[in-house]
Order: sequence, then C-alpha cells, then structure tokens
Amino acid sequence: MNEELFISGRDNLNIDPVLHIWHWQIPVYLFLGGLAAGLLFFASLYTIQNKDKEYRTAVKIAPFLAPFALILGLIALFLDLKHKLFFWQLYTTIRLESPMSWGAWTLMIITPLSMIWAASYIKEIFPNWDWKFKWLIQFDKWVVKNRKVFAWLNIYYAIILGVYTGILLSAFNARPLWNTSLLGPLFLVSGLSTGAATIMWMSKDQAERKMFSKIDLILIGIELFFIVHLFMGFLASSQVQIEAANLFLGGEYTAMFWIFVVGIGLIIPAVLETLELLGKHIPVFVPATLILIGGLVFRFIMVDAGQVTRYLY
Amino acid sequence: MRYAMAIDTRKCVGCSDCVVACQTENNVPIGYCRDWIVETVAGTYPNVEIELRSERCNHCDNSPCVRCCPTGASHYEEGGIVTVHHNECIGCGACIQSCPYDARYSHPEGYVDKCTFCLHRVEKGQKPACVSVCPTKCMYFGDLDDPNSEVSVVMRNRNHKVLAPEAGTKPHIFYLT
Repeated sequence: MNEELFISGRDNLNIDPVLHIWHWQIPVYLFLGGLAAGLLFFASLYTIQNKDKEYRTAVKIAPFLAPFALILGLIALFLDLKHKLFFWQLYTTIRLESPMSWGAWTLMIITPLSMIWAASYIKEIFPNWDWKFKWLIQFDKWVVKNRKVFAWLNIYYAIILGVYTGILLSAFNARPLWNTSLLGPLFLVSGLSTGAATIMWMSKDQAERKMFSKIDLILIGIELFFIVHLFMGFLASSQVQIEAANLFLGGEYTAMFWIFVVGIGLIIPAVLETLELLGKHIPVFVPATLILIGGLVFRFIMVDAGQVTRYLY
Repeated sequence: MRYAMAIDTRKCVGCSDCVVACQTENNVPIGYCRDWIVETVAGTYPNVEIELRSERCNHCDNSPCVRCCPTGASHYEEGGIVTVHHNECIGCGACIQSCPYDARYSHPEGYVDKCTFCLHRVEKGQKPACVSVCPTKCMYFGDLDDPNSEVSVVMRNRNHKVLAPEAGTKPHIFYLT
C-alpha cells in the first residue's frame, strides 16, 4: 500500500488547516440577492404580460421586500470586506473578467431600480400618502407611464443578479466544488423559487396562491434535476471534483445537505404543495418557510463546503 | 523578461531559513508567512521517499487571482511578478478563494498580502531574500527568457515539475526532482 503524509509549515489565519475566509456574510448575501432577484423577476414578468391585476401581490406588494433584502445583503457584503474603507475602489473600474466586479455594478443598478419599483406602487396601496415635493409626484407619474420599460430593465437585471450569485462562486479556479457552470442556473432557479415561495406566502388571493404553488413545483423539479446533474458532472470529472462530490455522498456534508436542502427544502414542500393543489388544506406558511430555510441552508453549505475542497499536490 | 524560480527538492533540508528571511525582509506580521516548507512522505515504512519543498506564490502566467480581482489591485508587474496594490485592495477575499496554492493571506491591516518575489530587491539587481540566504543553495532565481540565466541553465539540465499543473495556472515556481 502506498501512503502519503503531508506536513506543511504554513499556519496562516483563516487559510490553514482549512480555508475559511468567507463566513456567514456571503451565504446570507447570496440568499437575499437570490430572493430579491426572484421577487423582481415575477413582478416584472407579470407586468410585461399585463397580468398586474390578477397577480397583485407579485407585482405590487411583494416587491416592497426587494430593496430591503438588497440593502441587508449589501450590508452583509460590506461586513465581509476586510479593508472596508477602500470599498469604493469597486466603483473606479469595470473588470469584465471578474464576476465580482460586474456583480458589484449590477447591485449598484438593481438596488435603485427595486426602490423605484416599490415606491411607484405606494400611491396605489396608500392613497393618502403625502408626497410633499412636486418633483417627486412628477417622477412618480413618469415611472408609472414608463412602467413597461422599468419592467424590462428589472427582469433583465434580476436574471443577471440571480445568475451572478452562482457565477460568483464558479469563477474561483481553486475550489473544485464551485468549478461548474451549473452553479449559475442552479442559484438562479433556487432564488426564483424562494421569491415564488415568499409571494405565495404573502398573497391573500386563492388563484394567485395556486399559481405560485404551481410555479414553485416546477422550479423545485428543475432544481432537483440540476442537483442530480451537478453530482453526475462531478463524478465524471477529475479526482479533485470526485472528492468534492464525495463530501455530499458519504462525506461530512451528506446528512446536512440531503436532509435540510433536498428533504426539508425541496421534497417536503413539493409534496405539501401537491397535496394543496389536490384539494387538501395545508397552511401556506409551512411550505413557504421550508423553501426559504432550504434556500438559506443550501447557500451556507455550498459556501462552506466549497472552501473545504482544494487541489491536491 | 519572465522571472521564475527553480528549487532543488534534493538539496533542500527544510531548515526554514527562507521563511525567516522573508518574514524579516518583508516585515511579515507575526503568525503569518509568505513562504513555507512542505514535507511529503510517500510509501510505507521502511520504503519511503521524502520530498521537501519551499513553497510560495507561483507567480502564474494565467493567474486566477488577477482575473478574479474586482478592483485591479492584484496585477502583473514587469517580468510577470504578481503583486497587490494595498490601497486598491478591498479585502473581499476573491483572490484567496481562487488561488490553488493558498499562497495569499489576509493581512491584519485588512488588505491581502503575498510573496512579491522581493520585487524591491529584484529591481536593484539583487536576488529575493529567500534565495540569497538559502544555506544549501537549493534555490535558483532569474529570467526564463534569458537562456544563460542560472534558472534557465539548471532547468535545462534537470527534471522538474510544477505544482497542480491541472489547475491551468501555468505556475513559475519549478521543483527540480
């Protein structure tokens, strides 16, 4: 038998023995970013399709959460920076090679867009709101008139934001678990699913709830399909990626991933939503919370496990 | 011009003199290091083979750290040396995540720090601190584009390898085997 012993004299903080440079801030941001992307996607989609009357919660109410989610996410990102006072350096350059650079610019654009979207519905929801300034009233009128343009901008940036949360990770060469282009679509679908679950939860309208239940079921199906393909891809790849997959197929993340992400976050809510559609009464917050918890845990596991995987030499 | 380093794994005794020299020369904060010694023992006793390596940033041709940096703080200097502009670095950790050699660390002051091939010495025509102190003279430094530099000569005459070539980074630290 050939054994190999590896002894390193390096002991840098947060690098050794296992890389752990990203803590809770990054998964929290990835979750909030995905959620905001999901909320804005559905709001814009149904505006473009002229269904804003049928899906009132999706178009007019749920998007109020998006700016808050984005701002909390940005705060988390800021807390993660270790050279905080230099954060503005992000906005002195655009580096297309670096997903983090165009992600930072995407956030710079979509955060104000989400605020404008939410603010333009204040009048409809709180008719007695006093706007005080004339230019604000005019700006509001202009936004309402150009609603479709804003919807197109929003849907475009929401998709970029959703994909970005995954691509951010897959751009890092050194972490085999992240080195897959599937991560972008997987994080996008997961983000849309958390958005749909939130809308379903907030909606008081039976028809809208049913619709988002159905959407969520489809998204969960796609997510499961992606997860299976993720592991198939890893297992057919190089040794470092086989080892990355094995963390979830018998390794230390197995129980956490399959119970919390796949079981509680995907399969149980899918079963509950199917029962609901078949006519059984299930309190809507149960599947919705489970999906949100699953989405959050998924991001924590991916960020944490990714940092464990590395090249061996 | 393309700076590179060749390190003789058969001459290295793992004394860590290169590590101490680097920490002194570059004021590396206590508890951190820019270069380090790795010892691998392969086989089953008594049939074992030991390899000692002095490791550091590989100053790759295709550096993932430079590609991932959102501000351009990580960049190539003349001769392919990869360094970090401290006042452009935001400490996001992207480069640390992207380095297959884990050669970067987060400096207590916030920015990311790493081996610079002692750029400040090389510019003056001196060798990096680690190379100049090595008691067994197992390290060679120089310009790969110059066929007569000591690193080019030693690489012509000896078998050599790089670490994790499958990562596609085209590293420029060569280990003579």
